[in-house]
Amino acid sequence: MKQVEPSASGEAMSIDLQTVKKIASLSRISVTDAEAQAMVPELNNILGWVEQLGEVDVTGIEPMTAVIPNVQRLREDVVTDGNVRELVLANAPQAEHGFFAVPKVIE
Amino acid sequence: MSDYRIQGATGEWEVVIGLEVHAQVTSNAKLFSGAATAFGAEPNTQVSLVDAAMPGMLPVPNRQCIRQAVRTGMAIDAQINKWSRFDRKNYFYADLPQGYQISQLYHPIVGEGQIEIVLDEKNPDSSTKVIGVERIHVEQDAGKLMHDQHPTSSYVDLNRSGVALMEIVSKPDMRSPAEAGAYLSKLRTILRYVGSCDGNMDQGSMRADVNVSVRKPGEEFGTRTETKNVNSVRFVMAVVEHEANRQVDVLEAGGKIVQETRLYDPDRNETRSMRSKEDAHDYRYFPDPDLLPLVLDDVFLDECRASLPELPDVKRKRYEQALGLSAYNAATLTADADTARWFETLVAEAARIQGKSESDVAKASANWLLSELYGALNRLGKTLETSPVGPTDGAELLALVADGTISGTIAKQVFEIMLETGDKPGKIVEEKGLKQTSDTGAIEAAVATVLANNADKVEQYRGGKEALFGFFVGQTMKAMQGKANPQVVNELVKKALAG
Repeated sequence: MKQVEPSASGEAMSIDLQTVKKIASLSRISVTDAEAQAMVPELNNILGWVEQLGEVDVTGIEPMTAVIPNVQRLREDVVTDGNVRELVLANAPQAEHGFFAVPKVIE
Repeated sequence: MSDYRIQGATGEWEVVIGLEVHAQVTSNAKLFSGAATAFGAEPNTQVSLVDAAMPGMLPVPNRQCIRQAVRTGMAIDAQINKWSRFDRKNYFYADLPQGYQISQLYHPIVGEGQIEIVLDEKNPDSSTKVIGVERIHVEQDAGKLMHDQHPTSSYVDLNRSGVALMEIVSKPDMRSPAEAGAYLSKLRTILRYVGSCDGNMDQGSMRADVNVSVRKPGEEFGTRTETKNVNSVRFVMAVVEHEANRQVDVLEAGGKIVQETRLYDPDRNETRSMRSKEDAHDYRYFPDPDLLPLVLDDVFLDECRASLPELPDVKRKRYEQALGLSAYNAATLTADADTARWFETLVAEAARIQGKSESDVAKASANWLLSELYGALNRLGKTLETSPVGPTDGAELLALVADGTISGTIAKQVFEIMLETGDKPGKIVEEKGLKQTSDTGAIEAAVATVLANNADKVEQYRGGKEALFGFFVGQTMKAMQGKANPQVVNELVKKALAG
């Protein structure tokens, strides 16, 4: 598990071309070399902007999980949904016999 | 300590095993949506727009799924985390419409617990071993892919997508195939008692990822491999055995074990590398922003605890200590929640009819269930669930024997008729005139005839061949068509032979 965290020295984390290509590949987004090249400074700018938050001293403050203090609501264990196959399949590029049909994937 | 060792060319090797078990949570609706979970529905009919990951849909956790995970944790004496959180595990696959699975990596709902296993299942007196459980977390199941329905397409059914799973992760505490098998069986028993998973491995509601490594005894852990989705206790044991031997062969030939995912092929009884791409395990986990942390209060936890049934270890000890059953019978009867329930109804009824305490009737009840009833069910290819004779009728039959109305021999005949007709034992005894007689006159007459017809044997008996006693008893019983009270027969035969 690689956590995205600033290095201990407080040095700004930077993204290189290889990282951009790897993230693109993990996300199944096809990018050309030129696009990837252009994204390196863009992503670094975004990270740099977010990293300004690191300037604030948050020692002893619990991480906030939401803006409004709230707890997770739970649903009851009752079947209230489903039987909407047509809606579920409506946007499928290809559907057959009630299934999504996708290019054959076998490992 | 287990002394299972693999004998290699360079000496003995020890096997280290950890199991990650995925158990489908028993609930009506899915983990984050109101769609149904029932097995075997038409494809994509139990799918909500949440499960299909349509844009803008938000997950809301199902209270019962959370409750089941907590109850399971309590049943294995585990730490319950009142604060837990859901994370996204990101990967792409056709059976995962969201592009991520909602799971719990950093803050699971259940922490460390333990499961006690009996090392030799056939011998309940054998030593036990405690296997640590690292954690239990709750996560979504994926959909199902079918590859054999079309030449160039795979079909996707999302009915299972979003169903709640518990991932139960053991510590690397097992040291032999038998221990791994015993752990999985015991875990399944506990899940079935708790009612948090049906434990049906053939339907995929429980499947195990088997982590195996080998080392020279006393050395550091070796590199492990993970064999995915093994779906029976027998296969788990086979995987451990095969994989451990394969690793020893590799190491002794000077090779190295690669940390990798493997698949088990039951037809060839071997594991194969899945040759996944290097990046495949870069899941880029992060807290799911659609869900707030899950906070459990004491009222909720108290209810979970109060709802737990008597658990198998406690029940087994009670059967031994309070009911006086043998360790073997206690273990056999408690191995399955349904069997224990059947047995307890039988004992309660038998005690009620006979006006005795449960401990007075427990032994006879256990013996009858495990030998007579099980024998018959095996023969008929049935199970307790489909048994033609229920516990109430069984108890009535036991009572008829206990109060001397019929003999044990006749009871077997009555039982056969019960299996065939479903009639009550009392009715069968009445209609067929099978009541046992203690009428000494009739029995004496029968004994006299037997002795008269076997004068040579009487001679031998009186000459010291006392083993023949049983023969006279048997012949008398036969003459009485099994209906004579055996004790009275014994006394009268003894008396006649002495005379």
